[in-house]
Parts: sequence; C-alpha cells; structure tokens
Amino acid sequence: MTGAQIAAAAQRQDTVIPRRRGREAAAGRLFTGLMYGAVGLAFLGLGAIVRDFASDGVPVLSWDFLTSFPSRIIPASSGIESAIVGTVCLMLICAVLVVPLGVMTAVYLEEYADPNRWFNRLIEVNIQNLAGVPSVVYGILGLAFIVRGPLSLGPVLLAGGITLALLVLPVVIIVAREAIRAVPPSIREGSLALGATQWQTIWRQVLPGSIAGIATGVILALSRAIGETAPLLVVGAGVSLRFNPDSLTSSFTALPIQIFSWTQDADQEFVTRAAGAICVLMIILLLMNSVAIWLRTRYEQKW
Amino acid sequence: MAEPRFAAAHGARGVRIELNRTPSARSRFESAIKVALMAAAALSVITTVLIVGSLLFETIEFFGEVPVGDFLFGTEWTPQFSQAQQSFGVLPLVWGTIYLSLIALVVAIPLGLLSAVYLSEYAPSRVRKVVKPVLELLAGVPTIVFGYFALTFFSPEVLNGVFGIGVGVFNGLGAGLIMGLLVLPTIASVGEDAMSAVPASLREGAFGLGASKLQVSLRIVFPAALSGIVAALILGASRAVGETVLVLVAGGQTPNLGLDPTESFQTMAAYIAAQARGDIPAGSIEYLTIFAVGFTLFVMTLALNFVSIRLVRKYRQVYE
Amino acid sequence: MRIERLLLVLAMVASLAFVAAACGDDEEEGNGAAAASGETPEELSGTIRIDGSSTVYPFAQAAAELFNEEQPGVRITVGQSGTGGGFEKFCAGETDISDASRPIDEEEEVPVCEKNAVEFGEVQVANDGIAIATNKGLAIECMTTDQLAQLWEPESKVARYSDIDPSFPDVPVALFGPGTDSGTFEFFTEEITGEEGAQRTDYEASEDDNQLVTGVAGTEGGLGYFGLSYYEANTDKLNEVQVDSGDGCVAPTTETVQDGSYAPLSRPLFMYPSKEAIAKPQVKAFMDFVIANQQAIAEAAQIVPLTSEQAGKAGSAVKSLEGGA
Repeated sequence: MTGAQIAAAAQRQDTVIPRRRGREAAAGRLFTGLMYGAVGLAFLGLGAIVRDFASDGVPVLSWDFLTSFPSRIIPASSGIESAIVGTVCLMLICAVLVVPLGVMTAVYLEEYADPNRWFNRLIEVNIQNLAGVPSVVYGILGLAFIVRGPLSLGPVLLAGGITLALLVLPVVIIVAREAIRAVPPSIREGSLALGATQWQTIWRQVLPGSIAGIATGVILALSRAIGETAPLLVVGAGVSLRFNPDSLTSSFTALPIQIFSWTQDADQEFVTRAAGAICVLMIILLLMNSVAIWLRTRYEQKW
Repeated sequence: MAEPRFAAAHGARGVRIELNRTPSARSRFESAIKVALMAAAALSVITTVLIVGSLLFETIEFFGEVPVGDFLFGTEWTPQFSQAQQSFGVLPLVWGTIYLSLIALVVAIPLGLLSAVYLSEYAPSRVRKVVKPVLELLAGVPTIVFGYFALTFFSPEVLNGVFGIGVGVFNGLGAGLIMGLLVLPTIASVGEDAMSAVPASLREGAFGLGASKLQVSLRIVFPAALSGIVAALILGASRAVGETVLVLVAGGQTPNLGLDPTESFQTMAAYIAAQARGDIPAGSIEYLTIFAVGFTLFVMTLALNFVSIRLVRKYRQVYE
Repeated sequence: MRIERLLLVLAMVASLAFVAAACGDDEEEGNGAAAASGETPEELSGTIRIDGSSTVYPFAQAAAELFNEEQPGVRITVGQSGTGGGFEKFCAGETDISDASRPIDEEEEVPVCEKNAVEFGEVQVANDGIAIATNKGLAIECMTTDQLAQLWEPESKVARYSDIDPSFPDVPVALFGPGTDSGTFEFFTEEITGEEGAQRTDYEASEDDNQLVTGVAGTEGGLGYFGLSYYEANTDKLNEVQVDSGDGCVAPTTETVQDGSYAPLSRPLFMYPSKEAIAKPQVKAFMDFVIANQQAIAEAAQIVPLTSEQAGKAGSAVKSLEGGA
C-alpha cells in the first residue's frame, strides 16, 4: 500500500487495513527469513572453506615456518619467508599505484567528464570490460610490455606489481565511482555556491565524503591481487626462492605461487605446508583489510 | 551596473567582446588538475590497447592457419590431439565459460543481494561492523583454495554424499556453485555500500508514510541504490567470467558442449592458464590458440559489457 | 582534525619508507663477473635464472639448494613456466638455463633460438618414468603395450576392462590422465598409441597429478598415468600396473627406468644452458656442480638419477659448451 492509500484508508476508517497489514507482515517475515537464510548459507559455505584449510594449516604454523626458506632437501624445514616478503612488497607496490590512479580516474569520470561525449563512454565501457579480463591475459600483457617491450624491466618485483595493479585497477575505479556518485548533489552545489572551485569542492567535500566507499574498493582490489597466481607465473616469478627480493628489480616469488607449487608436488609434506601458507596469506590479508576498514569506519558518512 | 549591460548590448549586436582574462594561478591549477585526471583515465584505454596489442599478432597468425569459421562455429576443441583428431572449434570453451558463470551467478546474486539488504537495512550496527569485514576477508581467499574445496570436499561430500547427485570427480556443478561463493562477497559488499549510501531522509519519509520495513527496503532503498547494485552485479559477473584457477582445479580440463553439470567442463580462462604453463613448443599452432582464445574472450566480454552499459543507462535514468 | 590529518600523512610516508626499506634491503647486490675463474672454493656471486618444465623443477630446486650450500652468494631463481614457456624465454635470452622434459623442438623452437643468436647445449640431467596405476580394488597386475594402446587409442570402444582381456576384471573403465598441454600427455601418446596427441577424449584430465591420484584412488575402475614420483608417494592408495613391451612385465623402479628396461615409458630430463650464460663463472660452476653431484641431487628430489654412462655424456656436453666459450 502506498502512503497515500494508507492515509485515505485511515480517513475512511476502513476496516480493510488490518488484513492488509497482516499480509504485509507475513511477506515481511518471509523476506526476513530468506534474508537470514541467505546470510547464514553464505557464512556456512565460507566457514566450511576456512575450516578446511585451517585444520590442515594451523598445526604447521610456527616462527620457523615464517622465517625459513623453502627446501627440497629437507621438506619439513620449508618455510615461506621469501614468499611472504614477496607478497607484502607486491601488495605495497600495487596499492601505491592503484589508489591514486583509481581515484583520479573515478573523479574524472564522475566530476569532469561529459557522459555524452564519445570518448568518455569509451573509457567507461573499457573499464567495465577490463574488470572481466581473465588474470592470465594480464600476465600476457605484463610479459609483452612490462617485462619485455617498451619498459623492459625484466621478470622482477616491479613488473609483477605493475601487472597486478593493472589487473585490479578497474575494480577500484568502478567502486570509487559509486562512492563518489553517492555524495548528494546538494553537497556539491552548496560548496560551489559558497564560491569554491570545482577542485576545491572535490578535494574538500566529495572525496572526504566518499573515503568509506573508496576504502571498500581498495579492499576488494587488494584481496583479488593477493591471491593471484597465473599472471605472476607468466610474468616470470620464481618459485621457492631461497632469498628475499632486495630491490624493486630483483627476482621474486609470492605466497599464492608457493601454494600452487606445493599443492601440486608429489611430496605430501609440501601439500600440508601449503595449507599453512594459506593461513598466513589470510592473516596478511586480514591485517591489510583492517587498515582499510579502520579508514572506512572512521570516515563513514550517513547522508 | 551599467557597464555589463552596455557590454552585453554590444555583444548582442555581434561585436566581439574581449574580456580581459589573465588566467589566475587558481584557474591554471584547475586546468592542470583536469589534465592530470584525464591522463589517469586514459590509462584504462591504454591498457585495453596493450591487451589487444599483445594478443593480436599471434591471433592473426593463428587465423592464417585455421579458418575463422571453423574456429567460431566448430564444436570440437581438441587442438593438442593428433592431426586426425585435431579440431579448433571454440564453442565448447565459450559454452563452458557461460555455463559455469551462470551457475555461479544463480548462487551469488540472490545470496549476495539478500546479504547486502540485511547488512544495510536490518543488521544492528554491531553485527554489521563484524560481518561486513569478515565477508570481505573471505573475498581474499585465494581462488585455489576454493578450487580444492570444491574438488576435495564439496563434490564428494556434499553433492554426492548429502544430495546424492552423482557428480564426477571434476564437474561443472561443484565448480560453478563454489565460484558463486567466491563472487558472493563482492556483490554483497559493494551492494551494501550502495544501499547504505541512500540518504536517511528517503527511508524516514517512507516510514513516516506508514510503509513497512520490507517496503522501504525493496521499494525505496533498492531502487535508489540501483546504480551501485548494478555495479556490484557487473563486478561479480566479471569476476566469474574471468576466473581461472578455480575452474582449472575443480572443473576438469575437458571441453564440453553438453548440458549435464555433473560432467567436467573447461572455460576459456582455464584453458589459457593451462596452456600458458604447459609444455607445448612456443610458436606452434597449439601455442597460438592461447592468443586466439584470449582475444575471443576479450571481444566477447566487450560485447556483453556494451550491452549491459546501454541497459544500465536506461534504468538509471528512470530512478535519478 | 588537523592533527589527525597530519598523523595520516605521516603514516603514509612511513609506509612508503617501509616499502623502500623492506623491498630494497641492503643485502649484497649481485654483480655478474666477480671471482677469478677456475677454482670453485672462490666466493662466487651473481644470479642464475632457470625456468621450464615442472617435472624437472624439483631437480633444479634441489640442485640450487645444494649448490648454495657451497656458494651462498649466488642467487638462483627457478621458475615453472612449463617446457614450452621455458624455451620461449630461453630463446629470447631471458634465462640462463632451460629445464625441459623433452628435447627442444627442431621445427618450432630451434629456429627462434637461432634467430636470436642463442646457442645452447643439451645436457641430460636425470631420468623419469611414467607409472600406470589403478584403483586398489582393480586387480590388474600387468598390461602389454598393445593392450594399453587398445585402451587409450583415439577411437577406442573399450568400455570395460574385460573387453581388452577376459582375465581382467569386468569393471567399467574410468580413465584419468594429464591435460593435453602436458609433456606427459605428449610423451605417453607418442609411445603408446604411436602418434603424439592421439588419444581417446573421454577421460578425466587435470593439471595436477596429485588430483589424478585422488581420482584414481577414489573411483571404482579408475586407471591413470602420471609421473613416477606421484605413484611412489602414494603406493598405499594405488595399485601398480607393470608394463610388458615384449620382454615380460616390468615394474617401474629406479633401476628399470635408468637402464631403459621399463620401456617405453622412460624418458630423459634435460637442462639446456646457453653459451652466453655458461661464460659466466657462477653458471659454469653450477653446471659443473650438477654433473658432479647429479646422483645426490636426484635422490633429494626423488627423481631417477643418470647412469654413469649417461653422466659421462652429460659431462662432455657441458665441457664442449664451456670449451667454446
């Protein structure tokens, strides 16, 4: 029933209302039930997955595990130090690239670009399309143009970081755009009316108001990047390195690569260690996310 | 003021009025900002150009040896098999991609959106503070974990054990459903963001008019947040279509044009990943298939996105 | 608010500094042409890039580790791009050594190397066998190569094992094997069905040999083929099928793979160093080390080592490549 109908019915003192409300309440209860069911199912499924790797992985965790290098000779002594350092460095490079570029692109598309001009529509379609390109194709791109080609960095840490950044950039852009779009026009108009320039309005009103949403985008982007294996392998990441990368132009490895390699190894000792590595990966992700979540809660805006 | 009117009157008679405008530092700054932002946005176009560039030459080389018709309309994908059996029909891979993504979305969209509505409209603030980060954390579980979960637990224990469906070791149903779980946090989180950004005044107004919570959620908040929800769905669908490792591990590596989800399937992305790490000689026709399939996937998603953006624009105008 | 913003900026600056520090440690920078040539006791430094087959990978990894015990200053990176991917990088001059589970392809890959002026040597470093295994409940002890061909050939109509031989159990066939991109697939088909890539298509394929093991062990009537090391790691779950190529049933063991009696499913594993790479002292030292210690390395990697005759040939291959440098 619309508000107007309710008002009219109230005026008529219509006794039909209680029955209608009953039906509404029933629909409401059904919906609530579905909703709780959905959330419950989602958590059940995801919980089962966590339990799966946690039960195998947690017993493997130890300080030695975190600070040794993978070993073929004594599998039981294998650790993931090189993989951890590689992953953390890759995430930092990726974040440093993706946050400014993503936000700048989103700001441009939302605040400056005229949606009726063809090249702006082109950019929009582009970004959406790039979000769906399989990660391994980004690996091929990275190999052709970053490792070789114009940038010719070689199969090094920086090349891996740039490839990952290109991979997740569309996610940040799409989510940041939504966050910026959610800022009500009245805020912008008020700011402009007070004499601020467009950039001042964006920098001081729009962006602070959309930090929460941008943070969500960055979280999702880094979550995707941290688990990527295929593009890094194509770019030329090493596997089971026995040294940490010592510069941006050093060979590298990463946790998902180590996990991938270990789960496919004939030696079952490595397979259980893979579960431990997965636990460590999740912990790193948790730490990363916590920072972004803190940002989000701190700057959350209810309009 | 007399002057401006005088000037305007002059302008009306077609005399060009030159306003004395030395660009102030601020307006120069503003222009510089705009250029910088445009450059950032242009990067996305550059990326697409690079992707096409890295795929195009080998794709052309491929089509030099395999007729386009055979590729696009053939129903057998057996490039590595011997000459007698070799066939380059890409349809089984295309179908595998679409089929598994559909299965995933059938799970992820309802569960994801319902979760988003719950988190945004119904959940107490304490619950939301915990549940949303946990969901996002699970978005970061490496896809290989999802793959092995599907392979070693979900298919044998749940699908076969609990439901008695009788799936094979590698099967499309298990891979698709678990892929749905993979995509769910994305849809839920972005959707929730969109819904909670809807101004409270809209909700309050509706409640004031006597609407029930259900009505407010579905008829007020949901449509107002539609743009963000659609973005969430698109991100989710894109993730599903591009997913590589999960299918590689749990879906099997058999191209399949059938409808039976208990059999194994192969998607385009999984095929590319397997081949890129394989033992085939670089430069051979089998190697070139990597690029041809990659290019096909790219074009396919481009077409789908084109259509979806058109649709979204139509709906968005209705609500804003 | 001011203070908060300041703190936020400081935090970002600090994390950037952290990136620079952590990802740019001041460890010994590798410099290429370091120590004097000839004597191994010299402290060597520099990098070695190895990439290629995932079958040879455990060997390369073990070799790198053992070599590092003598020469800790050398940084060795080993990749798993696959034999084909490895050669592609190798012929582009990006890697020093290419791991391969098959010889370099004369038609496709050698011309690319020649075009880029990459000269190389072919060094056999180990042996590998492909095991045929069945589900524990499926009691097949031995199969001839003809029977295997009958089972796996392209138009095979074999639906139950008893179709091949009445003495085999009357159980439906459930086949498992590597994906078509795998060198194991190419090798198996070439040896058994006679033509590379000629195989029936109704089998369960997987990237991961561990999953093939799981599949075979968990499916009634399961039969699969995969690398020997995967069988040996799972003997409790699988039943081994011996192969008879005309001289009686042979089981795949280190000895039978080495001396070639486990035919035709034994194959050599290679490392291809480039001439340019071997001119570098650390790479030369590494290859010499591999030849001298291949037995220990292979055992550590659970791979079948070379016979002394094969080792001798490998040694001369390395010497002749070095000699030209």
